[in-house]
Amino acid sequence: MINIVWGIVFVLLAPVIGGLVAGIDRKITARMQGRVGPSILQPFYDVGKLFEKEQAVVNETQIFYAICYFIFMIFTGALFFASGDLLLVVFALTLAQIFLVLGAFSANSPYSYVGAERELLQIMAYEPMVIITAVGMYVATKSFNVGDIATTTVPIVLLLPGIFLGFLYVLTIKLRKSPFDISTSHHAHQEIVKGVTTEFSGPSLGLIEITHWYETIFLLGFVYLFFGFNPLIGVVAVIIVYLLEILIDNTNARVKWQLAVKSSWLIAIIVGVVNLAALYFLAGGVP
Amino acid sequence: MTYLAKSPWIIHYDASSCNGCDIEILACLTPMYDVERFGIINTGNPKHADIFVVTGSVNEQNREVILNIYNQMPDPKVAVAVGICATSGGVFRECYNVAGGIDKLIPVDVYVMGCAARPESIIDGIVTALGILEKKRSEGASAPVVTDHHMNKEHHKHAEGGVQ
Amino acid sequence: MQLAQLLIFLILFPLIAAFFLFLAKKDLERAWIVKLSALAIAIVSVYLLISTYNMGGLLFSVVPAEPTGIIMFFLEMLIALAILYLGIVHKKWLVVGLILIQSVMMLWFELVYAHSVEVSSNLFIDEFSNIMALIIGIIGSLICVYSLGYMKFFHESHPEMKDRRPWFFAIMFVFIAAMFGLVFSNNILWVYFFWEVTTLCSFLLIGYTKTEEATTNAFNALWMNLLGGVAFAGAIIYLAMFGNGIMGLDTLLTSGKVIALIPAALIGFAGLTKAAQLPFSSWLVGAMVAPTPVSALLHSSTMVKAGVYILVRLAPIFQATFTGYLLAMIGALTFLIASGIAISQSNAKRVLAYSTIANLGLVVACAGIGTYEAIWAAILLIVFHAISKSLLFLSVGTVEHRIRSREIDDMNGLIVRMPKIAAMMVIGIAGMFLAPFGMLISKWAAIRAFVDVPYGFVFIIILAFGSAMTLFFWAKWMGKIITVTSDSKNIEGEVDHSEWTALTSLAGLSLITTLVFPLLSTKLLEPFLMENYGHVAQLSQDNIIIMIMMLLLLVIMPLSILIPQRKDKHVQAYMGGRTTTHDMWFSGSLGVQKKTVLSNYYLHEYFGEAKLRPAGIWICTALICIMFAATALRGVFL
Repeated sequence: MINIVWGIVFVLLAPVIGGLVAGIDRKITARMQGRVGPSILQPFYDVGKLFEKEQAVVNETQIFYAICYFIFMIFTGALFFASGDLLLVVFALTLAQIFLVLGAFSANSPYSYVGAERELLQIMAYEPMVIITAVGMYVATKSFNVGDIATTTVPIVLLLPGIFLGFLYVLTIKLRKSPFDISTSHHAHQEIVKGVTTEFSGPSLGLIEITHWYETIFLLGFVYLFFGFNPLIGVVAVIIVYLLEILIDNTNARVKWQLAVKSSWLIAIIVGVVNLAALYFLAGGVP
Repeated sequence: MTYLAKSPWIIHYDASSCNGCDIEILACLTPMYDVERFGIINTGNPKHADIFVVTGSVNEQNREVILNIYNQMPDPKVAVAVGICATSGGVFRECYNVAGGIDKLIPVDVYVMGCAARPESIIDGIVTALGILEKKRSEGASAPVVTDHHMNKEHHKHAEGGVQ
Repeated sequence: MQLAQLLIFLILFPLIAAFFLFLAKKDLERAWIVKLSALAIAIVSVYLLISTYNMGGLLFSVVPAEPTGIIMFFLEMLIALAILYLGIVHKKWLVVGLILIQSVMMLWFELVYAHSVEVSSNLFIDEFSNIMALIIGIIGSLICVYSLGYMKFFHESHPEMKDRRPWFFAIMFVFIAAMFGLVFSNNILWVYFFWEVTTLCSFLLIGYTKTEEATTNAFNALWMNLLGGVAFAGAIIYLAMFGNGIMGLDTLLTSGKVIALIPAALIGFAGLTKAAQLPFSSWLVGAMVAPTPVSALLHSSTMVKAGVYILVRLAPIFQATFTGYLLAMIGALTFLIASGIAISQSNAKRVLAYSTIANLGLVVACAGIGTYEAIWAAILLIVFHAISKSLLFLSVGTVEHRIRSREIDDMNGLIVRMPKIAAMMVIGIAGMFLAPFGMLISKWAAIRAFVDVPYGFVFIIILAFGSAMTLFFWAKWMGKIITVTSDSKNIEGEVDHSEWTALTSLAGLSLITTLVFPLLSTKLLEPFLMENYGHVAQLSQDNIIIMIMMLLLLVIMPLSILIPQRKDKHVQAYMGGRTTTHDMWFSGSLGVQKKTVLSNYYLHEYFGEAKLRPAGIWICTALICIMFAATALRGVFL
């Protein structure tokens, strides 16, 4: 079942594509704001620079957690692209994310501490929706295997329209876009200094940046699963979804964490319950 | 040119400026000047920053803060004094509470003139700073941790003996 | 024959040990008795596993039912008299009333029906009992060994309390004996007897310190468990009246749902009280006043497992019935609500208590669903929860002795102050909620079990929200522990070696069980499921390999610290430009010196106990009433 080739392709190509996506994101953002914006390669320059800088730390354990975050995020993505079990992928993602939180906690700094707590709130906000999405895909395709889901002929998005919208909602949290960039943020956005990444600098910050590219590609892959029945529509949909996220990022002010958690849970309950219930009832109670 | 010069992240600190220069710095971020073209980002966090941009002059309240921010920035780093107050103390030079320009405390690499400094000259100053930044990197020199020799000992004692 | 002797040995040997412990007044004697008996119990329970390997379920009829039954009955009456006396002395009329009802029921049964009941085999052993025996034999024994060091320290630091350690250790071992009896008994009357013994033991141990709070909480625990006991007695009488003399678990399971559902619902209710499900959760939280080993032994790893054990045993009866779904719903809601409350708790032991309630809720949910996949998940949950939770309890106990606090916020920077114990706690916490450790595997299994059940999506949604909350409160606690504080000194000192033995063994166990879990599944769980359901559940080979990879990565990563690195530049944490001293003091406005204090989020406004608990109690009480009504109606119509 496991397709190692795709896993390796992910490990090698994701940072390239992820960096480009981030560059395009910044360019489009700039254009939306009537600016010229940086070069599309700017994210690569940034990371390159970070690796040229000195490593300054509050304590050494921070670097350890940053490396763990990096490795487990790659692991998550590779598992996803190598057709692993979707639930296991979700759990691995959580593990990776926890390492970033621990890294922020370990610095014993007020800003990164608040960032860590908020990051946990965010995880708490999106986790139910992600699990519901995975289960919804199982109900639609009778398989938790990513490969099966991606190559199915069932138009998942038509069966799971509610879950798709709910997933888009939490995707904004995962991509750290406004209005949900409450724990740390991108570009020139600032909140509680830089939240979880406040105390990271130089190479370890660069590592976190690369990890984020991996994560973006993995998440876009997740979006693709909804459209696995037709690769062309899938790719187009992924592009539209990302453009939509950029639009949301640029047209919304940051919300408080209370609203972030409440709204994502509310949406997860409403769309998750209604959509899953509809699927179950259509199938006569049993999937 | 290496990556360093293509991605200068700044931290801007308002020492005791009248806000004139600060407004001009913020003007650099607007679509009109759009410094993000050069990869410049205002980070607000010394640990992520390469360029320390200071406006206003040194006084007793901000001595400690300027030193703290400068020392927390990872090498290589440069300091840019924006406006005449940051350069020399400006019209406040003779005030009883003003020590003078930023270079009284930390090594300043670029001075940007003006009261207030114009966005064009600020951008010019930062681009000049990039060259110095690059030079520092190739030399591998690391800035020493700067301590304040002028800091009032009496003041410090008072602070520690204060109510807890 | 030889196997039966092993079972009897495991039940009786702890009793003998308890007798000698009661007599032993010297520390040294006690230490030797506890260590040797713990070793013996652990070895025999492992030996039992080896000797029953691949044998499936075995029934034994070596112990004559008649005299044993009568002895048990008399002991039951003695226990009842003791409880009655205590109830009257302390003016706890609820307890008095319940014990009277219960005794009258059992007396009636003994006089009217006892002669018509015939159980051919009183003892039995199968893979599930074997797993339970291992949990009791190994984890229970380790906790007893740990108590040696803990109780010594406990009485040194609380000189005002009377040192009743002989009594304490005797009760601990009686409790272990009762647990063995419970999991090996096939005769429901025997199960009931051991059930009552565990109730009494827990009452005595919770009230050990004899403070006012302890006594109140002990009685609180007592009446709730007695309520369960009354339901259990009701099940026995129902079986005697309508069950054609069925009184063995094996015959009950094969007797068909028409007969079995009502007694199963009654015993299930007893299981809910013992497993501290809502609305009966308060006794377990209150029990946290007891010394920590008591919490670890009774209220996390073994006693509450008796409640879920019986539910999992009866799961085939619950499968695909309305009663079963309601039971599962009670468990699932308990999981959700208790996880939520745990977020708002700042006391480490209370967090552990609520997390225990939550995880047991998940087991109950699986048992109520009752499909083979659900039972697979339930047993995995029982095993992994027992290991991780006892490790956490014992670590918290040790930490409490050093820092004199149970507050999570006081554990800031534990990794610097007590690196070894902090590492144990991190393993324990990781075991509770992170991939690829046991609890997460079990949750995963639970999700897979629920998807294939009619209307299982309701349970999945509850599980999804519950586990998100679980993640929040564990992660923030873990963050507190691993925070590196620059000013702290190492105050770990010499940890008592008996405490240390228990901690390292449990930490080792939690890693090893995660590694050998596929073996556990194929050799123990699958035969059990095959025998009872005719199906087996398992994870695919690929997933197991991936999880082992993750575990290895996790184990290897900390070793990277050993690689020599270039010295990084150290800077203070960013404080908005303020200079901080080494120990995080900074000068605020007007030169006032302030210390940076970082505290967790508890979100009382949303997850406060006062808010969630009443809601949970009302909903779950209503569900229990509906469950009984539905079961009774079904009984009438069929």
